[in-house]
Amino acid sequence: MNFAPHTDDEIAQMLSAIGAASLDELFDQIPQDVRLQGPLGIPNGISEMEIMADLRGYSLKNRDLDQLVCFAGGGAYDHYIPSLVWALAGRSEFYTSYTPYQPELSQGTLQVLFEFQSMICELTGLEVSNASLYDGATALVEAVHMAVGAGRTRVLVSAGVDPRMIETLRTYGRGGGFQPEVYAGSHPDVTPDVACVIVAHPNVYGALEPVREHFGAAHDGGARAIQIFDPMSLGVLAPPGELGADIAVAEGQPLGNFLNYGGPYLGLIAARMDDVRRMPGRIVGETVDIDGTPGYVLTLQAREQHIRRDKANSNICTNQTLMAIAATIYLGWLGPDGLCELGLQCSSRAAYTADQLTAIPGVSLATPDAPFFKEFALRLPRPTSEVLDALVDRGFLAGVPLSTPEGDVLLVAVTERRTREEIDRFAQAMRAVLVNP
Amino acid sequence: MIGAPIRTQGPAGNAGTIMDRSIPGRRASGFAPLDVPEVAVPELYARRTPPRLPEVAEIDLVRHYTGLSQRNYGLDTGFYPLGSCTMKYNPKVAEEVAALPGFRRIHPLQPDATVQGTLEVLWRLEEALCALTGMARATLQPPAGACGEMTGLLMMRAYHDDHGGRRTKVLIPDSAHGTNPASVRLAGFEVVGVPSDTRGLVDVAALAGLVDDQVVGLMLTNPNTLGLFEEEIERITELVHGVGGLVYYDGANLNAIMGHCRPGDMGFDIVHINTHKTFATPHGGGGPGAGPVGVVERLVPYLPSPVVTRTDSGFAWDHERPLSIGRLHGYNGNVGVLIRAYAYVFAHGADGLKSVSELASLNANYLASLVQEDFPLAYPGRPMHEFVATAKPLKDATQIRAMDIAKRIIDLGYHPSTVYFPLVVDEAMMVEPTETETKATLEGYAAALRQAAAEARTDPDLLRAAPLTTPVRRLDEARAARHLKLRW
Repeated sequence: MNFAPHTDDEIAQMLSAIGAASLDELFDQIPQDVRLQGPLGIPNGISEMEIMADLRGYSLKNRDLDQLVCFAGGGAYDHYIPSLVWALAGRSEFYTSYTPYQPELSQGTLQVLFEFQSMICELTGLEVSNASLYDGATALVEAVHMAVGAGRTRVLVSAGVDPRMIETLRTYGRGGGFQPEVYAGSHPDVTPDVACVIVAHPNVYGALEPVREHFGAAHDGGARAIQIFDPMSLGVLAPPGELGADIAVAEGQPLGNFLNYGGPYLGLIAARMDDVRRMPGRIVGETVDIDGTPGYVLTLQAREQHIRRDKANSNICTNQTLMAIAATIYLGWLGPDGLCELGLQCSSRAAYTADQLTAIPGVSLATPDAPFFKEFALRLPRPTSEVLDALVDRGFLAGVPLSTPEGDVLLVAVTERRTREEIDRFAQAMRAVLVNP
Repeated sequence: MIGAPIRTQGPAGNAGTIMDRSIPGRRASGFAPLDVPEVAVPELYARRTPPRLPEVAEIDLVRHYTGLSQRNYGLDTGFYPLGSCTMKYNPKVAEEVAALPGFRRIHPLQPDATVQGTLEVLWRLEEALCALTGMARATLQPPAGACGEMTGLLMMRAYHDDHGGRRTKVLIPDSAHGTNPASVRLAGFEVVGVPSDTRGLVDVAALAGLVDDQVVGLMLTNPNTLGLFEEEIERITELVHGVGGLVYYDGANLNAIMGHCRPGDMGFDIVHINTHKTFATPHGGGGPGAGPVGVVERLVPYLPSPVVTRTDSGFAWDHERPLSIGRLHGYNGNVGVLIRAYAYVFAHGADGLKSVSELASLNANYLASLVQEDFPLAYPGRPMHEFVATAKPLKDATQIRAMDIAKRIIDLGYHPSTVYFPLVVDEAMMVEPTETETKATLEGYAAALRQAAAEARTDPDLLRAAPLTTPVRRLDEARAARHLKLRW
């Protein structure tokens, strides 16, 4: 397969025009020593119908969520994606455009991103957002970069934060001169060298945290308060801005994006206006053209790597704009009433699922005293990996296993898609696996 | 032939935001009836006032976002010769395969046994990327090129920690992309600039004076940002290796050399690949991309965790990597983008990829030859897949700048090239036509550039006023930064 449109005649004419005898001559400046001598080690090309068949074959080796009823979460969730989201986000004018460096040709992308920023601010109760980051974990890294500095280098992380996020922080922290320190409880000891306190609400066990206690301690010690949130919860849970968060970050996948085995997703970030110049990535602002017509541009670019180079506070260039476009359309579809109803659907279906599962002998909630939103952690009487495999055989993706200091738990997530009938069948299957193995 | 004017099917002027269409009580979303008891979150945690999201019907959303898409220019709309961005045609088949339910509807934390198809695709893609670049193994986790750079720099850091201790300096040519120095600082190192010589290549004598035992490594594109091949590349990598440093290949310009030479054979130790450039995954208005990173054998232990491994019972994620730098992404990277890259790489195959680089170079050289009278190359020498011309002679004669030319090009029906980059060239116009454009398109674009240059002499105000055919005209960026309005 080859998408270059050249005919042999055209190639000959073009070579002649530039004074080259052959295509190979265009590579004459490459020293002979480093020219590739043998074959490339990749098979030769195939037709479109062959590559389609090849990849369709691989796709059929996966067991997708049409075959497995999904109770897995851990930051990525099987929420319903209405048809219009990708019918619109998939329009090629959005899909095949580059970063909006020529604003006159990019008003579409720029305006959607302005709407996206507005919606993320509305959800979080904060004042400024951006045009997206890679995913939730890297958004947390960027938030920490915003907070670290001026003699404050310690990063305190609540024990309720997803270990994958802590692991990601640890990786980037090796370059950034910080290392996450995990604390238990809700009263971190915030000394004058602490840059930020990070709390997940809901936390990795799905439980709701006493966020104001964590953040009260952060602010008393002069540190920034960073909340990791679930965007789908913000129709029913108080927004981070109201809980005292200075910066809020999230995995944005649930907002109209497919699970895609882990990406492309998008990172959400919002902060207070005081921190706007510390924000990473692209920010869209409204302005006017020379006729006074309102329009949109990338603004505050002096923060960014292509201007500030080694003084920039982030290296992000390519981001996840297309995912942000999908998220914007999805949030427009939901509207305020839809977001609230979605939250109630999730909390109700999750509560029902927890009731059904904890009725099974030996199954209990890992954090029985904490209320939860749409996800909860279970202790099981058998090893979680065995239970997971046995339930896959029965057509269920039972959840996400998680190791804790008190032993393994299974995180079970329940979205608005899970019907009572599916939940009942799931509970029956779990009972069969645990009670009559 | 001059291209068609940019269409303005959407209403001219400002379209209003989706919030402007909001009517209280209107709604698009709906759910299945709640068939379990209603349980709300406890009052203590509850939100009191709903967010101000638009209240609109589905038809409002469709009209609004269709209208906005019509105020955008994509590669499917027309020629998009942004230098260093490799805006080539995005094959539709790659979109269809990536959207297969078996790829799109799988959860990142599913048991390995249930995702054998995707794991095998990732394994085969890794092998192909290593073959193409001359590396031993690769990570597919970094979601973009800049994250790939960070990955490479953190591996350099870990490597040096295990081999003689901490070093401080990373060498970067003065023509490098801004992400390079930004990544270096975030990795905890200091940037040391390497000057270019009069040919636009790395000044090897200057480099020899800069290398010492504090050098972590060198970051380089080849061909470089001017589209020129670093002919002394072997000497360059030897100099860095001579002081124990590592050499990093920024894959921004990989489209120039596929099947002709490999970074591994030039002495590079680490390579990142921008799959969204070289392998034609659509750029989506700014992303997603993917930035896989390949390494030579001695750096394999440091690769991010986990990596795909092949076992007796199939494919699996290997988390048992004690020297690994760790995790760079919350999950498995931009897998959907990688599936598109797989489709591109294996559909083209070794012969097709080689041809891609040949025709990319042919198109760039042909276009350069058509415009050189008005816009001469910034440096002598035959460019490869892209060229950097300068509008400085025209500016000296007419006061018309590269940006004015770019804006006039919009009125003449095309997306303009990159302007004012690289920073080392005055009035730079960086043009990358890619291999997927026809000879006629290149000739049309050249005619437009020549027309704009002629108008600079006869009717400069026309260029200063441009663009006239777009939904908005030149926007006041200073005002945007001074009076921040970043949300409704």
